[in-house]
Amino acid sequence: MKPKLYAASTCVWCRKTRQLLENNDVDFEYVYIDLMDEDEQQNVLDELAQYNPDCTVPTLVVGDEVVVGYEPERIRNALKLN
Amino acid sequence: MEMGYSEEVIRLYEKLKRDAEAAGYHLHPNEKVVLDIVGGLVKNTERYGYPSCPCRLASGEYEKDVDIICPCDYRDADLLEYGACLCNLYVSDELIEQGKEYVRVPERRGKEKKRKEMEVSGMEIAYPVWRCKVCGYLCARDAPPSVCPICKARDRWERLI
Repeated sequence: MKPKLYAASTCVWCRKTRQLLENNDVDFEYVYIDLMDEDEQQNVLDELAQYNPDCTVPTLVVGDEVVVGYEPERIRNALKLN
Repeated sequence: MEMGYSEEVIRLYEKLKRDAEAAGYHLHPNEKVVLDIVGGLVKNTERYGYPSCPCRLASGEYEKDVDIICPCDYRDADLLEYGACLCNLYVSDELIEQGKEYVRVPERRGKEKKRKEMEVSGMEIAYPVWRCKVCGYLCARDAPPSVCPICKARDRWERLI
C-alpha cells in the first residue's frame, strides 16, 4: 500500500510534509480533508481515526508506522530515505 | 514554489505582529512560516466567516468552532506546556532560543477535564489570580504572562488568590 497523507489545505505543516515526500520522489497519496464534502469527509475521518484517534493533521501512514505532525526525521526513517 | 501574498494576508500579518508584541506574545521567528499560517487564517475567514485555526478541521458552524478561532482557547496552555500553540503561530522565548522550526503540540481540545477547584480563603476557584505589582492588572491563569499586557512591566507579579 502506498504511503497516505491526511492533511488540511490550510495547514503549513501538512504542506511541508507533502513537499518533503515530493522532493524525495515518494509515490504517495494524500487527501485534503477540509475540501471534501460531508459524507466523504466522515468516511475519511473514520479511516484516519484508526491510525490517529485525535484525527489531527498532518498524519502520514507508512505501512505500520504512523507519523503525526511534521517530523522530517521520523518520516525519513519510516520511508527508509536516509 | 514562491507565491506572492495578498494584501489581506500582509495586512493581517502586520496586525498580528503588532498585537502580539504589544501583549507580550511572540510569533514564529520565520517570517515565511508566519505569512503561510496567516494565509490559512485568511482562507478560513473567506470560507467560514471567521479565522478558524488553519491546522485544525473546522465544522463551519461558529458555535461549534468558537474555541478554535485564532487565537484559540488552547494557545496559552500550549505555550506554557510545549512552547508553542498547536499551529506554531505563537511561540515562547525558549523555543526561539532553541531555534526549532516546528514543535508538535498534541491536541488539547476535548481532553480537558473539568478543572479541580481550589479552596482559597473560603472561595472555590478554578484558576489562581495574579496581580501586576506595577499597575494592578489581574488575570486568572495557571501562570502569569511574563509581560503585563496593560503596563508592559516584565515579571512583576504576585499571586493574589
